[in-house]
Amino acid sequence: MSKEYETVIGLEVHVELATKTKIFCGCSTAFGASPNSHTCPVCTGMPGSLPVLNKKVLEYAVAVGLALNCQITRECKFDRKNYFYPDNPQNYQISQLYLPICRDGWVEIDTPQGAKKVGIHEIHMEEDAGKLIHDEWEDATLVDYNRSGVPLIEIVSEPDMRNADEVIAYLEKLRLVIQYLGASDCKLQEGSMRADVNLSVREKGAKEFGTRTEMKNLNSFRAIARAVEGEKNRQIDLLESGEKVIQETRRWDENKETSYAMRSKEDAQDYRYFPDPDLTPVSISDEFLEEIRRRQPEFRTEKMKRYREEFDLPDYDIEIITSSKHMADIFEATVALGAQPKKVSNWLMVETLRLLKEQEEDPEDIRFSPENLAKLIRLSEEKAINSTVAKEVFEVMFRENVDPEQYVEEKGLKMVSDEGALRKTVEEVIAANPQSVQDYRNGKEKALGFLVGQTMKAMKGKADPASVNRLLKELL
Amino acid sequence: MANIITDETIEYVGILAKLELSDEEREQAKKDMGRMLDYIDKLNELDTSGVEPMSHVFPVKNVFREDEVTNGDGSALTLKNAPEQKDGMFLVPKTFD
Repeated sequence: MSKEYETVIGLEVHVELATKTKIFCGCSTAFGASPNSHTCPVCTGMPGSLPVLNKKVLEYAVAVGLALNCQITRECKFDRKNYFYPDNPQNYQISQLYLPICRDGWVEIDTPQGAKKVGIHEIHMEEDAGKLIHDEWEDATLVDYNRSGVPLIEIVSEPDMRNADEVIAYLEKLRLVIQYLGASDCKLQEGSMRADVNLSVREKGAKEFGTRTEMKNLNSFRAIARAVEGEKNRQIDLLESGEKVIQETRRWDENKETSYAMRSKEDAQDYRYFPDPDLTPVSISDEFLEEIRRRQPEFRTEKMKRYREEFDLPDYDIEIITSSKHMADIFEATVALGAQPKKVSNWLMVETLRLLKEQEEDPEDIRFSPENLAKLIRLSEEKAINSTVAKEVFEVMFRENVDPEQYVEEKGLKMVSDEGALRKTVEEVIAANPQSVQDYRNGKEKALGFLVGQTMKAMKGKADPASVNRLLKELL
Repeated sequence: MANIITDETIEYVGILAKLELSDEEREQAKKDMGRMLDYIDKLNELDTSGVEPMSHVFPVKNVFREDEVTNGDGSALTLKNAPEQKDGMFLVPKTFD
């Protein structure tokens, strides 16, 4: 590579809002319903039907906008974006072109060179499209309109990012803010957060932007990072060999780690946007704005500050726990039930993260309740179970959210605190292992460990290792 | 007729609207569209400086609904519009993007 290049990246992020109903009708948005059961004349675009805006959508959009330092458009409206495709029964998508709800915001991300601001160009409200499924048997397409009309916000950034790390940092920041707001669970794998990457390269120092491409179908942070790297190299190769980058939409294939052109902008759609005549304009009052401002939650920075003041926890723990709203909620609720903060933190940081990683899940997927975690900590503190058993019980609780008290009772996992029973077992172990006993008496400390292990085994793990140790030493 | 619609324009509009027109229909459409634009020219004679663009025909704003599920299973009604269906879904010619 003879010249030095700079990559310029902007993102379009779609976020599915966590409302109970669709954006313009009273159909449920619940996931996993039978095909087309969540549909009505409005979300399938029947002539004569009348869409009415879900107030919660407006509230979420404004809340996200405020959290991302945007200007709120006080008089906004909806427009129709016209296109023909089977996922869209109306032949237009209701969106916002002329007066999007939020504009001119920014977020701060951490980079190796320090904090950096990424501009938010705009945020608009719109409806999602239906789902297309390829039918191998018929060699045809099946359409399910349950997702048609599910509310989305599209967050359009400025072209302020320069590499994959900045893209990931920006997305993580967005996700965190939106999760803290409860506006969406932002799961890339499940499609409740989708990112399209606009990327161009230019010679370092050049003023003009290069020709950009748009990359779609990125459903993990890993795919995004790879696609950014791959597309940057593809464009540089083109320029180096004297060719031109064509402005087009490309689809990333994660399995093949490559992208291919979907449609070029030359025969691009002409969307013929026009104001939607069915929906009334939205006028945002001072009172409405004030109410949303008042309801804004404690965001991560404030939460971290409070944790430092309230709980005796290392900064590292605080950082991990607050990196997920769901995990922070579980932490606080468990502590509120009387558990010691550091103990709660340990269960979250060690066992929980280990199991999440094993299952390839996110902290948002944690299913056990604070009540059950608090019970487990109490059982362990009262020495009703030892630490090995506690870990076993935790695994079951992590998977099935079982009540640890009940589980320990049912499975008979309680430690044997009956000194007589324990003493009897220790005596039996000593009698059964004369060689080890001899070794220990001859000064081989390691032999004691073996005898402790044998005793624990005989007790099926339900003994307190410290008591076993004490009794063995006493009887030897 | 002041506005003349070219063959290229009518061809392009046809692509956007997914319409295939016969020669006869094409000529008629060119005439109709020309007349529509003439009408717009007429409207443009009005001085509208200082007039807010209208975004709704009635002077209403802020019509909202609460976020509450009011619709039940609508699949039977919706699928009545499906020329072909399979497994509760619309069956359409193979489409990909």
